[in-house]
Parts: sequence; C-alpha cells; structure tokens
Amino acid sequence: MTDTLATIFTTEYGRAVSVLIRTFGDIDLAEDAVQDAFTTALHTWPRDGIPPSPAGWIITTARHHAIDRLRRDTTRRHKHTQAHELWPTEPDDNAAAVPDDRLRLIFTCCHPALAPAAHIALTLRLLGGLTTPEIAHAFLVPETTMAQRLTRAKAKIRDAGIPYRVPEDADLPARLPAVLLALYLIFNGERTATEAIRLTRILADLMPDEPEVTGLLALMLLTEARRPARTTTDGDLVLLADQDRTRWNPAMIDEGHRLVRTCLRRDRPGPYQLQAAINAVHTSSAPTDWPQILTLYDHLHTLTPTPVVAIHRAIAVAEVHGPQAGLDALPELDRYHVYHATRAHLLRQLGHHTEAATAYRRAAELTTDPAQRRHLTRQAAELTDGGRNPEGSTATID
Amino acid sequence: MRQYLLAMYQPVGDPPPPETLEPIMKELATLNDEMKATGAWLYTTALHPTATATVVRDNNGEPLLTDGPYAEGREHLGGFTAINAPDLDAALAWAARMARITGLPIEVRPIAFTG
Repeated sequence: MTDTLATIFTTEYGRAVSVLIRTFGDIDLAEDAVQDAFTTALHTWPRDGIPPSPAGWIITTARHHAIDRLRRDTTRRHKHTQAHELWPTEPDDNAAAVPDDRLRLIFTCCHPALAPAAHIALTLRLLGGLTTPEIAHAFLVPETTMAQRLTRAKAKIRDAGIPYRVPEDADLPARLPAVLLALYLIFNGERTATEAIRLTRILADLMPDEPEVTGLLALMLLTEARRPARTTTDGDLVLLADQDRTRWNPAMIDEGHRLVRTCLRRDRPGPYQLQAAINAVHTSSAPTDWPQILTLYDHLHTLTPTPVVAIHRAIAVAEVHGPQAGLDALPELDRYHVYHATRAHLLRQLGHHTEAATAYRRAAELTTDPAQRRHLTRQAAELTDGGRNPEGSTATID
Repeated sequence: MRQYLLAMYQPVGDPPPPETLEPIMKELATLNDEMKATGAWLYTTALHPTATATVVRDNNGEPLLTDGPYAEGREHLGGFTAINAPDLDAALAWAARMARITGLPIEVRPIAFTG
C-alpha cells in the first residue's frame, strides 16, 4: 500500500498542486492541501481500499482540505478573494484543462523574473513533489539555503503578480528556452533524471508542435538508455565504444530514435534536436558514422558556438580527418576536464606519450566524477608504464 | 488589477544634450499617452538631479540635515511612473518599452499599498 501510494504521489503530486493553484491562486495553500490529502489517503486507503480514480480522489480531497483551511484562516480568505481577481477560475470539470495546469505551472516556475536557480528548484518542488531536503541535496546547498530560496521565489510569484499561464504564441519562443534549460539541468542531476524525463514527456505531449521539446525528450531518452552500460559493477567508467550494447535500454533507444526522426522532419533544428541526433547516431549501427556526427556538430557549433561544443566537434574532426586535424580544431579551455582528456587522447594517437600523460593527469585533477577520475588516472599510468595500449580508445566518454 | 512602480535609474551627472534628450522625451510622452488611453497610467514624476537632494535624519528629536542623496552611487532614481497592470508580465512589457526609449534600466516593483 505504501509503495502504491508513493507511486501515486510521484505521478499525481504535480498535477494536484497545479489544479489547486489554479483554483485557489495560492501556492502554499495548494501545497499544504495536497500534502493533507496524501496524509488522509495514508490513513483511509488501507482501510477502504484504493479509490477507482486515485488522482481524482486526491484532487477532490485536497480541495476540501483547502476550503477547510480557508474557513479557519480569515487572512487567507481575504487573499483568496484577491487571488480570484488575479487568476479567474475556469470551470474545474474540464478534463482537458488538467494537463494545461501543469504546463502553466512550469512556465510560472521558469518565469524570467525569477532567478535561474529558482526555476529548477521550484519546478522540482511544485511539479516533481520533491522535498526541500531532496532539492537541497541535488543542488549541494544547505537545507536552510534552499528553503529560503524557495520561500523567496514563491513570495515573489505572489507579491509581484507573476502570472500563472502559458505565454502567448508571440512570447513563447523567448520563454521556452528557460523551461527547456530547467528540465535539462534537472535531468543532469544524479537523482532527478527520471523526474526530468517525466516532466519533459508532459511538456512534449502538450506542445507537440515545438520540435525542441521533442528533441530534448529524445536527448534525455537516448542518454538515459545507456546509463546501465556506462559504468562497470565497480563503478568504473566504460567508454562508448567499449559499452555492452545489450545493457542499453532498447525501448528507450527505439523511442528516442523515433522522436529524433519526428522532430527533424519539421526542419527547424535547434540545439536539443541536434544533440539528440548526435546521440541517435551514437546509438545506431556500430561502427559509428563519424562523418555524420561531424556534420551535426558543425551545425550545432553554428547555432551555439561555445568552447564546449567546439571541443566535442574536435573529437569528431579527429575521427574523420585524423588526430592532428582534431588537435588543430581543439579550442583551449583550461579549466574543463574534457579539454584535457581530449587533448591527451589525440596526443597519444600522435605518439606524444609524455605530453599525453600530463594532460590525462590534469583532466583527472579537474573532474568531479570519481569514476572518470579513476579512468583518466589509469590512462596516464598506462602511458608512463611504457606506452602499452598505444592505440588508446575513443575519447568520447559518455 | 495591481499597481506597479516603474523606476528609472540614470547616471549621476549632466543630462544628455537637447538634441539627444528631446526625441527621448517626445517618445516617453507618446508612451504615457498610450498608458493613459489603456487605463494603465496612474502618475509620472521626474526628479531633479541628486545634487538637489537633502537627507533628513532624526537626532534625538532634532532633525539632522545632510546635503546629498541617501546613498552615494553612480546611478540614482531619476523619476518614476506608477501604473495599473493585470500582472507582472503586463508591467514588464511597459517597462521594456521605457527601457528601449531611454536606454536606461527600469526597476519594476509591485506597490504593496497606497495611502
């Protein structure tokens, strides 16, 4: 029962909170009421059984709890009246409006008037149902800091009148990137990847005409599908070329490939679609079609000419045109471990083993990932041990 | 409907020459007219330079006056417009137009209450 309730909490918390926010116009009230409803469920479901529509039961019960709280709290009743002026309530029975509530809430959480760090924290809190300690852990900040950040952001939404709605078409292109970036960063969090996929899937269902949303979902699925093969049972890193493809998740790979084809057909390629396409090539036939990957990186680098993209492009250049061409294309980014790892890999291919070992060690110093550090240190050791494994392996490390 | 303050920050020093300032003032007047026509406009003020400011503090029941603005800085409040707007997005849209016309940063703050 507890497991069932936990599953329902994960999938329905955000939906219930977003419906309650629309009805009552008060984020804190909505959160409290939904938490009350789950507490009630914890007591009554084991006795009475799970209701036919658990989501509907949670929303109805939360609404009753919210009304009780409003009756008890006259200050809030006043706020409720104000909130209704601000966020006029539409009829609740409209089933189609339910998914829209979550979409509205994502855009509210990622409003440009809020700090970017608040976008991700609020999205995890209000839509993902993560607790403040869980979010603090994901951000590596003290719990009190995260609690303050969330409180401040919620107060600004309330007091500054940040609207609870999806921007109009004209504003949407400007506002969507913040939402996608928040979801992408949530995906990169160690414990929040599954949550990010779930939220992105909602967004992709609700905005099927936005190819970047589809592209982001595809990128997440193709990355997540390879997670089981990326490390050994001891937690050591396995390079892409050496990964056991039977450990990849075939359903996620298939869906990712299908989504990449769907969004690229719209011919409005953006950074997420291109990264998804690169991952689609990586997860297609072995050996890897490097000329195809280079073409995609050329395109990506035109759209987002960052040093990080340029470094990854240089890896593709080396695969297609040889290690010296790769080195020539490599921009210097001294504080980024992938720069040093790539340089080390190319130097080793050119036979410059001492320089390569130094670069591997520098990369190992800079990475924060223990598995990567072990891998890079081992590479350096191999070179200084007399250059065994002179061919090396591909520098593509995910 | 809420009320917002659109505060304009300008650098300390002489205002720009008339040939620069006049077209800006004209465009701002047009913007104010549009705010009035849509019911958004409440009032607009422009302030004299900070050299004209005096700060009053209470010193055991006696007013203590100091010459100059409350806080020294490279930018100071130069004027403000108070508006009605349905939500922050609407207020930000007006602020964006003021910023484009003047080239100055505009701080948007919700008004908590007015007496």
